[in-house]
Amino acid sequence: MTETVTLEVLRYRPETDSEPHFQTYTAPYNEDWVVLDALNHVKDHVDQTLSYRWSCHMAVCGSCGMMINGEPKLSCHAFLRDYRGKTIRIEPLDHFPIERDLVVVMDSFMAKLSSVKPYLIPKPEKPLDDGEHLQTPLQLMAFKQYTQCINCLLCYAACPQCGLNDDFVGPAALALAHRYNLDSRDAGKDDRTGVVASNPGVWECTFVGACSDVCPKHVDPAAAIQQTKISASLDWFKAKLMPGASP
Amino acid sequence: MDLISTDVVIVGAGGAGIRAAIAAVEADPSLRVALLSKVYPMRSHTVAAEGGAAGVVKDNDSLDNHFHDTVSGGDWLCDQDAVDLFVNEAPRELVQMEHWGCPWSREPSGKVAVRPFGGMKIERTWYAADKTGFHMLHTLFQTSLKYPSIERFDEYYSTDLLVEDGRCVGVLAIEMRSGRVVAFKANAVVIATGGAGRIFPFTTNGAVKTGDGMAMAYRAGVPLKDMEFIQYHPTGLPGTGILITEGSRGEGGILVNKDGYRYLQDYNLGPPDPWPRKKAMELGPRDRLSQAFWHEQQKGRTIRTPHGDVVHLDIRHLGEKKIDERLPMVRELARAYVGVDPVHEPIPVRPVVHYTMGGIHTDIDTATPLAGLFAAGECACVSINGANRLGSNSLAEILVFGARAGRAAAAFASAAPAGAFHAAANGAEAAHARLTALFMREDGTESVSRLRKAMNETMETGAGIYRTERSLQETCRMLAELRARYQRVELVDRSNVFNTDLIQVLELGSMLQVAEAMAHSALRRKESRGSHQRLDHPERDDDGYLRHSLASCRGEDLPAIDYCDVTITRSQPAQRVYGGAAA
Amino acid sequence: MSRRPYVRQVERSWWLAHPRYVAYMAREITSLFIGLYCALLVVGLVRLAQGPAAWEGFLAAASSAPGVLFQLVCLAFAAYHSVTWFALTPKAMPLTLRGKRVPGGAIVGAHYAVWAAVSLVVLIAAGV
Repeated sequence: MTETVTLEVLRYRPETDSEPHFQTYTAPYNEDWVVLDALNHVKDHVDQTLSYRWSCHMAVCGSCGMMINGEPKLSCHAFLRDYRGKTIRIEPLDHFPIERDLVVVMDSFMAKLSSVKPYLIPKPEKPLDDGEHLQTPLQLMAFKQYTQCINCLLCYAACPQCGLNDDFVGPAALALAHRYNLDSRDAGKDDRTGVVASNPGVWECTFVGACSDVCPKHVDPAAAIQQTKISASLDWFKAKLMPGASP
Repeated sequence: MDLISTDVVIVGAGGAGIRAAIAAVEADPSLRVALLSKVYPMRSHTVAAEGGAAGVVKDNDSLDNHFHDTVSGGDWLCDQDAVDLFVNEAPRELVQMEHWGCPWSREPSGKVAVRPFGGMKIERTWYAADKTGFHMLHTLFQTSLKYPSIERFDEYYSTDLLVEDGRCVGVLAIEMRSGRVVAFKANAVVIATGGAGRIFPFTTNGAVKTGDGMAMAYRAGVPLKDMEFIQYHPTGLPGTGILITEGSRGEGGILVNKDGYRYLQDYNLGPPDPWPRKKAMELGPRDRLSQAFWHEQQKGRTIRTPHGDVVHLDIRHLGEKKIDERLPMVRELARAYVGVDPVHEPIPVRPVVHYTMGGIHTDIDTATPLAGLFAAGECACVSINGANRLGSNSLAEILVFGARAGRAAAAFASAAPAGAFHAAANGAEAAHARLTALFMREDGTESVSRLRKAMNETMETGAGIYRTERSLQETCRMLAELRARYQRVELVDRSNVFNTDLIQVLELGSMLQVAEAMAHSALRRKESRGSHQRLDHPERDDDGYLRHSLASCRGEDLPAIDYCDVTITRSQPAQRVYGGAAA
Repeated sequence: MSRRPYVRQVERSWWLAHPRYVAYMAREITSLFIGLYCALLVVGLVRLAQGPAAWEGFLAAASSAPGVLFQLVCLAFAAYHSVTWFALTPKAMPLTLRGKRVPGGAIVGAHYAVWAAVSLVVLIAAGV
C-alpha cells in the first residue's frame, strides 16, 4: 500500500462558488517531492480544475507562493517530508484578494513596486563607450542581499500591517528601493523618498519582522526598512537644520 | 471580442521581450508598445539562467576568438555574418545592462569580472554570482518601468497571429483572469516567447517553456529552422531536472563516473590535467559532454539512483569559501532538492534538455519571412548557435537580438502604413471560434496529462541524445497519433476565470506541433552534427547537410522539410577540437 | 464580467495565529508598562517636591506588596523590551569593518556591555 498525503485545498471559483471552501485530495507521498509536485499530481490525475501559479520549480521565479499550514511558503520549496503524517492545508497567500483557487490578485503589489522607482537613477549619465562604472566587491556587498528578492510576496502575506492597511507599500517594494539607494552607481534617493519615507511607506512598519522570517531568499526586508527609517530621519533633520544645503 | 489598437506588440516578457520593448520605445518615444506575457515578467524563464553572459571586454581576448569559439561550437551550422554581428554587439549590450544597474560580479579593481565557460578559448563570461539570468531579468524588468509608453498586459495568453494581405497585423490573446478574448491590432509584432523544453520529460525548463510563439509563427506559415537541434545540458539534478550551472565547472568542478574516474578523457576531451583548462575535459562543449554520459551509461559505468542513472559533479576541492562566494545557489539547490551539501559530497547529475537551438526562421535583423513579424531570443533561430550553443551565449543573444528586434519593429511600425484589420479575414474570428469549440466539445475523451506524458516519452526515447532512423520514425508515427488524439482532448474546466486547464490544453497543442517539426527535421537529417547525433549516420556530412533545415506547417498534414544555405564567410568547416595540451 | 475577487477579512485575533505574532504583541505591550512605570516615577518626583511626609508616604506605597509586585512586572516587561530591542539592532545598523560585515552577535554584545557599564555606574552613584 503506497503511502499517501492528504491535502486540504481552499477552492474558489467565482462563477459557481459564493465563497471559498475546502476540498480534500489525496496524493502519493514521495521522499523527494515538494507540495507543488503533489498539486501537479492532483491536477494531472484527479482534478484538472484546480488553478495555481508555478513555473521554475527551483525557488527563483517566485510564482508559487501559498499558505501551507498557515505559513507563507513557496510550494516548490515546501517538502512533503516535513509534513509527514499531517494533513497539509493549502490556501492562497494572505492579504491579497483571491482571483480563483490558489491564485491571488497581485495588482496592488505591482503598483507599489512601480511607485518606489526601482531602477537606477544615475549621477551624470555615463556614455556607454566609457565602459562600466567601477564598483568594488565591497561596494557590491553593500546592497547585494537586497537584490535577491524574487517578488514572491510571502513577506506581504506574513506582514500584519499589510493585512490591516491596504496602502502600506510593503516589505519587498521598500527593500528594493533600499537596494537602489545603497547602490554606489545610484543618485536617486531623493526621487524615491516621497513614496518610501511617506506614511504608507516605511512609517507604516512597526518592525514585526515576520517578513524577514518567511523570506526564502534571506533578503531581510525588515532590516532594509529600519535602515531606511534611520536614513530618512537623518535626511529630514539635515534638511531642517540646513535648509537649502544640497543633500 | 475586444479590440486593442497599438503600434508594436511584443509577445513574451523575458529577457529578449523586455529588451525589445525598451529598444522600441527608445528608438521612437512616440510609439505605443504592448508587452504581452502569459506570466508576470519576473516569472519568465530567463530568471532561472545561472552561469553568465558572454562578451569580449578583456585585453587578453578578441572578437575573433569569440567568433571562432561560437562557430566551431555550433559545428559550423552558424550563419557567420550573424555571429560576427553578435560578438560585436554583445559587449556593448552587457555594458548597457551594467548602466541599468545589473549587479555584475567584480574584480578587486572594480571592473566587471569574467569566468571561463564551456567551449570558449578565453574566459569572457560576465556573471552575477550564479544567478545571472535572475539579475538580468530583474534589471530589465525594473528598467522597463521607467518607460510609460510600454503598456504591459500581464497574464495574457497569446493564441494566434493575425495575418492579412500577407502581413502580420496583430495577435489574438486571452486575458487569463477573466477569460476575455482580445484582438491586438499592431503595425509590427515581435515574438520572444522562449524555447520548448517542456516537450521533453527531463528538462531544466520551467512550466512556461511550451513553444507557444514558435507554434503561432509556424501556423502562420513561417518556417521553423534547425528544429532537430536540442541541447542537453550535462548537469541537471535527477528527478526535477533543476539546472546546476556550467559555472560550477568553470570554477573547476569535475565529472566522475561510478569508479570515481574523470571519464571525459576517454572521449577526446583529455588529458585530464592540468585542470582547470579551457575547452578541455569538463569545459568542453555541452553536446560532447552529454554524449559522453550516454556512452558511459551504455557501458554500465554510471551510478544507479531511484531517479535514474547519474554521474557525480564534484566541487568539494573548491572549498566552502569559494563555493559560498561564486556558487551559492548551487549549494542551496543541491541541499534543498537532492539533500547533498556540495562542500562535503559530490552532486548527482545527468543530462537534461535545456535549450532549443532551432526556432522561428529570422534573418540577421530578426525579421521573419512574414512582413511585420519579428522574433528574438530562444524562440528564434538567426542562427548564431548552429548545431550546438555555447553556454553564456544565450543571455548575450537575448540582449543583442532583443534590442535589434525592438528597433526593427519600431522602424517597420513607423514606416509601414497601418494595415487593414478585418477580424474575418485576418483569422481572429476563426481563432475565436476554435476556442469556443473547445468549450462546447461534448465528445472529449483524451486527457491532456496523458497525451503530454506520451509525447514526453516518445521524444526522449526516439529523439533524445542519440537517434536512429527507426527511433525517429516511431516518434514521428507516435506524434501523428497524438496530434489526431489531441483533436478529441477534453477541456474539463469550462470556467472563464483563470482557467489553467484551458492554458494547458492550448500549450499541449503548441508542443505537439513543435515536437513534430523537431522529429521530422531530425529524421531527414542523415548525419551527425553538434547536438543531433545519429547512431546510423555517425559522421558529419558537409556536402549533404551543411544547410539549415526548414520545417513548414501543412495544417493537419505532416510538415514539409526543406533546406537553406548557411552563410559561411571566414571560417571553413573543420574538425571540432577540444582537449589537448594546455593553451 | 465573470471576475469576482474574494477579499478575506483579517480577524481581530490575527495575532493569536502564530507564536511570532504573540511575541510581537507582547513586545509592543511592554511600552504600556514602561509608560506606567514612568508615571510612577513622575508621581514620586511630585511627592518629593511636596515634602518629607508625602515622600515617606510614596516610599511606603512603593514598598508595599502590590507596589513591589507592580515594579517587578514592570521590570520584567522592561527587560523583555530591552532584550528584543538589542536583538534587532544589527538589522537597523549594519556595520562593516575592514571589508567584512561585523557579526550581529558583536553588535548585540556591545549593547549589553554598555548597558552593564551604565548600570554599574548608576548603582555606584546610588551608593549600593
